[in-house]
Amino acid sequence: MIANVEIIKPGLFTTIQDEGRFGFSKFGVPKSGAMDHVAFGFANLILGNPKNSACIEWTIQPPVLKFHDTTTIVLTGGEADAFLNDKKIEMYREIKVSKNDILKINFCRKGVYGYVGIKNGFLSEEVLHSRSFYKSITPRFRLAKNDKIPYQSSNNYTDHFSAISPPLFLENSDALEVYKGPEFDMLNDAQKSKMLDSVFTISNTINRMAIQLEEKIPNTLPSIITSPVLPGTIQLTPSGSLIVLMRDCQTTGGYPRVLQLTETAINYIAQKRMKEKCSFRLIEF
Amino acid sequence: MRYELQYKRYSERAILIEWPVKIDENILHDLLSFKKSILSFYGKLIVEVISSYNSLLIYYVSTIEDFYSEVFELKSLYSKDFEDTVPENKLWRIPVCYAASLAQDLEVFAKDKSLTVEEIIRLHTAPLYTVYGIGFLPGFLYLGGLDDQLHRARKITPSLHVKKGAVAIGGSQTGIYPVDSPGGWYVIGMCPLDFFNPKTENSCFVSPGDKIQFISIKENEYNDIRTKVENKNYTPESACL
Repeated sequence: MIANVEIIKPGLFTTIQDEGRFGFSKFGVPKSGAMDHVAFGFANLILGNPKNSACIEWTIQPPVLKFHDTTTIVLTGGEADAFLNDKKIEMYREIKVSKNDILKINFCRKGVYGYVGIKNGFLSEEVLHSRSFYKSITPRFRLAKNDKIPYQSSNNYTDHFSAISPPLFLENSDALEVYKGPEFDMLNDAQKSKMLDSVFTISNTINRMAIQLEEKIPNTLPSIITSPVLPGTIQLTPSGSLIVLMRDCQTTGGYPRVLQLTETAINYIAQKRMKEKCSFRLIEF
Repeated sequence: MRYELQYKRYSERAILIEWPVKIDENILHDLLSFKKSILSFYGKLIVEVISSYNSLLIYYVSTIEDFYSEVFELKSLYSKDFEDTVPENKLWRIPVCYAASLAQDLEVFAKDKSLTVEEIIRLHTAPLYTVYGIGFLPGFLYLGGLDDQLHRARKITPSLHVKKGAVAIGGSQTGIYPVDSPGGWYVIGMCPLDFFNPKTENSCFVSPGDKIQFISIKENEYNDIRTKVENKNYTPESACL
């Protein structure tokens, strides 16, 4: 039976995300998808869901949700205290939810993005093979109070008495692994060493499209002819700022692409907050 | 004509192929033919290919295990004859209303350029623009061929709300905003067509390599076409190239 989860409070910026869109870049459609694919993947793994099942993704301030029928959920990602009907629940394990239960998650202590996974996934509208929210593609681009998201209710909860330890990646992600970007070799030695030997600070310009870093690299490179980019591409702007493109980035850009984060490093940097530090460690393929 | 291409590994899942750095229609045709042959060789479930002026980015559905054998495969594809894979391109006649009531920046733009509105319309509708790529926004066409007399540096402070359909000029480029967006270009007209429809698999009716010509229409024609587009009974006029 199809039931709904009702948004009692939407939180700061809450969306539905899956693995994102594949095959529509040719129309300028961003990839989108979960900001932290590791935490997102764990939610579906613990639930035994197909890996592309849609989860709710919250940002720093999580939502308050009411479930209209029985199901099983899993919380992953950013660290926060969570309560089901005011009873504290654990992250990274299956939680049985009964009719009209209310899930409340406190302000996030560590990390930025958290996930609420549900048995068989949330069933919001699929557009271009994905449920990931994006303005001008999906009917909604963020969840609002009183919104209802459908799911398939499920009764077959069995307690496995097991939980996964929260992954340790949040503790050890300061040195982000990068590959050379296509324009890396246009930089001079001073610029290269500044980029690879400095510690960078996450600025207050953070969203699903990009993360800007505070420290600048003196830049002498001209802009490039508009060229393809991907999530994880690090661009050097004319003012010397480094911009790390994230999941909702455009498909093309005109700034030199100096570095490319590894797939894993994209998930790490996604969970960093304003004022947190990172550095880049160059690796070969 | 064949070019000396550079193959670069871009990420665990992507390979970048670069042509000489310039904006050139011969490069565009070579690149789009290669793109078509890559897609028919691998299939859409394995790769997607993002094209722009002088490069292709091949993005694989999973990690590339052996970069060198992939590049070898791609090079041998490039060495083959493209005759079967030359894309068929179209010329699209795109209606644009240049009435001041719909084009917020037209009069300022004309004054700054010391041109009359009629001259602007004549210069803007004369060329056959080449579609070099789609990007920036879903359904946004990168067009080449704007007349030098209409080049105009972008606004210092971008407008927060540029309406879907706005036909605008920024730097040496002209384009149509496919969705509402902030933007720093000068709006000189409005186009009643939809360039992006997420409800269909073929979300944008124009393809890279196509040509575009703007046709000046009156405000009542604009309203008629807009109504037809909303009722889904308007097909843009096109011809084979």
